[in-house]
Amino acid sequence: MEKLSIEGTPKTPTINFDFGSGVLEIKGRSIPENSIEFYKPLVETLEKYSSKPQANTDVNIQLEYFNTSSSKCILDVFKKLEAIHKNGNKITINWYYEQDDEDMLEAGEDYQAIISVPFKMIQVEE
Amino acid sequence: MLSFKGDVTSELLTSILQIMESKLDNMQEEPKVKRKVYNVLVECLQNLYHHMDEIDQNDKVAEKGRAAIFMIGRVDNQYNIITGNYVKSDNVNPLKGRIDTINSLSKEELKEYYKTVLNNGEMSQKGGGGLGFIDIARKSGEKLAYNFLPVDDRYSFFSLNIKIAQN
Repeated sequence: MEKLSIEGTPKTPTINFDFGSGVLEIKGRSIPENSIEFYKPLVETLEKYSSKPQANTDVNIQLEYFNTSSSKCILDVFKKLEAIHKNGNKITINWYYEQDDEDMLEAGEDYQAIISVPFKMIQVEE
Repeated sequence: MLSFKGDVTSELLTSILQIMESKLDNMQEEPKVKRKVYNVLVECLQNLYHHMDEIDQNDKVAEKGRAAIFMIGRVDNQYNIITGNYVKSDNVNPLKGRIDTINSLSKEELKEYYKTVLNNGEMSQKGGGGLGFIDIARKSGEKLAYNFLPVDDRYSFFSLNIKIAQN
């Protein structure tokens, strides 16, 4: 089974995507100057995954910071997931935010309003 | 707290962000305020960075045009972030229009506008997608104060002053 693992840096998040378990995780900071280049491997991997997805895919997004150029790329990722969901495969996006981080909660709600995939907003302790 | 003048490189941005993050930690700034300041810093510094490329490197006038300024300080429970860079005079009116639009919107309208631009907006090759100013306005919760100073017939100096309240 295919896997995608990208180790995090101070400007880019850790990404783990395991086709076998159907779990995609994006964690850390996403503030690169060139987000398109950074997210390209993930978007391509999702393209491959969409031809033979698991019946259930769990997506865990736990970001501390993300810049606006990442926000477009994250939307692209969610749009790929939305397409998989529309084909009858279950997708859940778990959006983690720190207790007092209203901006991060709002950012999740913005995506929730745009993307037709079930979102779960999950509050974590600081 | 920190200021610089000069060419904006990726390495410089990384250093400034690291310095500012540890300064905010040392000042024991509230996590909520710290995150807002950090987010706005990222956006305005990356604005400067992406903007550098628009200035023609072989242009003699633009030699100084490649220099940007950046300042952050705190006065009376308010952070002030000031950026300044040269812009082509042709870009002044579109830029002014964009900021005026943002300043005319309420909090809720800004949220809707952000979603519209996020969902429909085109993305430039480097990933700047016209969301920067909207995001800065949302996170700071204040109007964006700006000024354009004509330099010659081709260039103007654009300055932006962002305020973030501590409470």
